[in-house]
Amino acid sequence: MGLEFIEGNEAIARGALKANCNFFAGYPISPSSSIAYHMFNKLPRVGGVAIQGEDEIASIGMCIGAAMTGAKVLTATSGPGMSLCSENIGLAVSGETPLVIVNVQRQGPAIGSSTKGAEGDILFTRWCTSGGQPMIVLSPATVSEAYELTYRAFNLAEKYRTPVFLLTNKEIGLTRESVDLERVELPRLVDRARGTIGDSCFSYQFKALHEVPEFTDIGGEQITRFTTSSHDEAGYFTSSPEVIQKMIDHYAAKIESAEEDIALVKQDIETGAEILMISYGITSRSVAVAVNKMRKQGYKMSSLTLQTLYPVPRTTLSKALVGIKRVVVPEMNMGQYIQEIQRLIPARVEIVGVNKMDTTLLSPDEIIERGVLS
Amino acid sequence: MRTTIDTYLTNEIGPLPFCPGCGHDPLLKALDKALVKLQPDPAKTVIVTDIGCIGLSDRYFTTHGFHGLHGRSITYACGMKLARPELTVIVLMGDGGCGIGGTHLLNVARRNIDITLLVANNFNYGMTGGQHSVSTPLSGITPTTPMGNLEDAMDLCGTAIAAGAGWAYRGTTFDKDLPDRIAEAITQPGFSMLDIWEMCTAYYMLHNKLKKKDLVDIMGRNNFKYGLVANNPRPEYGTQYRATYMDTAIPERKACTIETKFDNNVMRQTGIVIAGSAGQKVRSAAGLLAQSSMCAGLNVTQKVDYPNTVMTGHSVSEIIVSPERINYTAIDTADYFVLVSKDGLKNTKSQIEKLPSSCTLYVEKSLELPHTEAEIIRLPLMATAKKVNRLSICIVALAALVKNSGIINLDAFAEAITTFQKPATAKISLKALEAGSALIHAKQEMDGSEWNVHNKIFNQTKGELK
Repeated sequence: MGLEFIEGNEAIARGALKANCNFFAGYPISPSSSIAYHMFNKLPRVGGVAIQGEDEIASIGMCIGAAMTGAKVLTATSGPGMSLCSENIGLAVSGETPLVIVNVQRQGPAIGSSTKGAEGDILFTRWCTSGGQPMIVLSPATVSEAYELTYRAFNLAEKYRTPVFLLTNKEIGLTRESVDLERVELPRLVDRARGTIGDSCFSYQFKALHEVPEFTDIGGEQITRFTTSSHDEAGYFTSSPEVIQKMIDHYAAKIESAEEDIALVKQDIETGAEILMISYGITSRSVAVAVNKMRKQGYKMSSLTLQTLYPVPRTTLSKALVGIKRVVVPEMNMGQYIQEIQRLIPARVEIVGVNKMDTTLLSPDEIIERGVLS
Repeated sequence: MRTTIDTYLTNEIGPLPFCPGCGHDPLLKALDKALVKLQPDPAKTVIVTDIGCIGLSDRYFTTHGFHGLHGRSITYACGMKLARPELTVIVLMGDGGCGIGGTHLLNVARRNIDITLLVANNFNYGMTGGQHSVSTPLSGITPTTPMGNLEDAMDLCGTAIAAGAGWAYRGTTFDKDLPDRIAEAITQPGFSMLDIWEMCTAYYMLHNKLKKKDLVDIMGRNNFKYGLVANNPRPEYGTQYRATYMDTAIPERKACTIETKFDNNVMRQTGIVIAGSAGQKVRSAAGLLAQSSMCAGLNVTQKVDYPNTVMTGHSVSEIIVSPERINYTAIDTADYFVLVSKDGLKNTKSQIEKLPSSCTLYVEKSLELPHTEAEIIRLPLMATAKKVNRLSICIVALAALVKNSGIINLDAFAEAITTFQKPATAKISLKALEAGSALIHAKQEMDGSEWNVHNKIFNQTKGELK
């Protein structure tokens, strides 16, 4: 393509198309709507379908229906729309539906400030549906990463047959940057493993708990049953406590056992560092400025930028914590992901949150004053 | 050729699971007969069920089955039909689903997507204890209307027809021709629905006097037509979609990429704030400055702020240009500030008050500024823009900034305009560019050579890292 000046939302749509997404349904909501514009413009031209649902429930519902016939699907929304998607997200978890959901976060709660950025939906996304099953959540920091991580989100959704979230922010979605998407390195495209035809081919069949069942398309030769009710490997309703527990363990195992495969963390490690910055999304860019500034003043600091929020990249985090005396977690919310970090750190390590939810970005100076020098 | 299928029902998990006398039993058998009549390929047929007792049905058919959330079955069906138009998609929903998912009923009828909806209407929530639904008759007794229902029953066919349904039928599970009617519905090329009235022996019949003949009487009392209610076919959505958007799509505008053709004088990260009113093309003019900076080999970010009311209120763009990678996208200390309207001023007043002396503020002449340390350059931006086009005020202002500061070449700005704007708009923008640049030229003439020298030194200062 060459050099372009595009916003994060366009990059998301382009990443989806690069991953061969062929079905989009969404409901207008600031600040995510421009993702839909790009999908409406592009998808029909490549033989796909883009439709505006009557609400977010219909949109994700149409996506799930399409996905189960074999389509690669995307929906995009913001916090209030995510609330409406909640029940269907559970459906996609139990139906093991590959699905990518973008949340361009805005200031909440509720309507909040519809055109202002925030990152208040971190724990909401992790626990967004009843049942408490693990989720895969990616978070880009730049327009290029929005492109790359959307593409990767499709790969993960296909590989693990599960909804995958791209959790971004108005401050990336509507911010334009000079980028060359052609130069973004992408992994090989993954398509869901499909079952072979035969009587033994069940849509929810696995041997080991962490195995991802082979997919059979609704509308394919193998008759397929999809259900949101507690079901066995053939997709039939079950009330057997053993089978129900097995399926619950399976939903967790397939994602938790893949922590290393899913974990994407950018590491900026300095030998002998006593301060570790942990950040994600747009705030990680302020952290990068803050770290450079402090290093120039002689501070020894390391910094981790999480592109994967869930499953929590525990291995990488634990490794980086060695020798650290203070951990700083700046967030555009009142302290959410810090709770995940707190579980991992030894008692002797001090942990400091730098939090703000006034719709403005955390500045490098705020991070330095409140996180490093405090 | 495929052998004839005698039944689409399967005994794999036993007989149908409904209470003795439940209307779902004859309803599913009528659906089976309809399928036997039509002989669709089971692998190309999906039965989508809603929640409630009718939600148990899909697994008793040899077709594909999809059992989804309460009230949302229509949405899954639409997704399937749009993604795979070759499928026959049949939805089984109760009267409860028509309540909680009412909007989906309206919208599938309005869009006219080729799915067939069978409503198993037994006037109550038979699975959850017999509570009243949108179709419970007036004065009907249920656990949630123990003294009689005060709500009028919803005319499901009428509602769908009002929304645009082309084919609708109302009947009962006692109708001899029900299988034929279902078959007719399935073969309709658009959305079709059957509101099928039936008995719930577990609940509704226990508390209300309801016999076979009462069903048709209740229809009469409500002025609900019995039989075929509508048969007005109209174009199907998916077919229209494929014909209009896919097969004869309007050619796409060619995407524009940017080539580095020009030099720049930007030595370090530089922040430019442009504040104006929504509708003044702040965002697009700032975008052009950004694109021209890219033509001059710089990295750029554009952070925007505007309310939801697109044509009123403020619009602020923060442009950062830098030879290095840009991280933090907000501008805490602007190097250049452009102010073109009262809305912009109102929104950025506290920022302007804090501007340092190193900042140059280009401001529309008529605006009253708060105290600021910034170097102020007052220009007749509005008057100048009006001579070209009122909406070009931001380009006039940015042209002045570019000309005066020399951060990039005006030719780079012109390049961005001609590359990214449509020819007619570009023509106006190029005039605005010239007019903005002329403002600075005129000012320099007036101020004499001293001002020019100062400007050069000023630029060099800006080139140093703070």
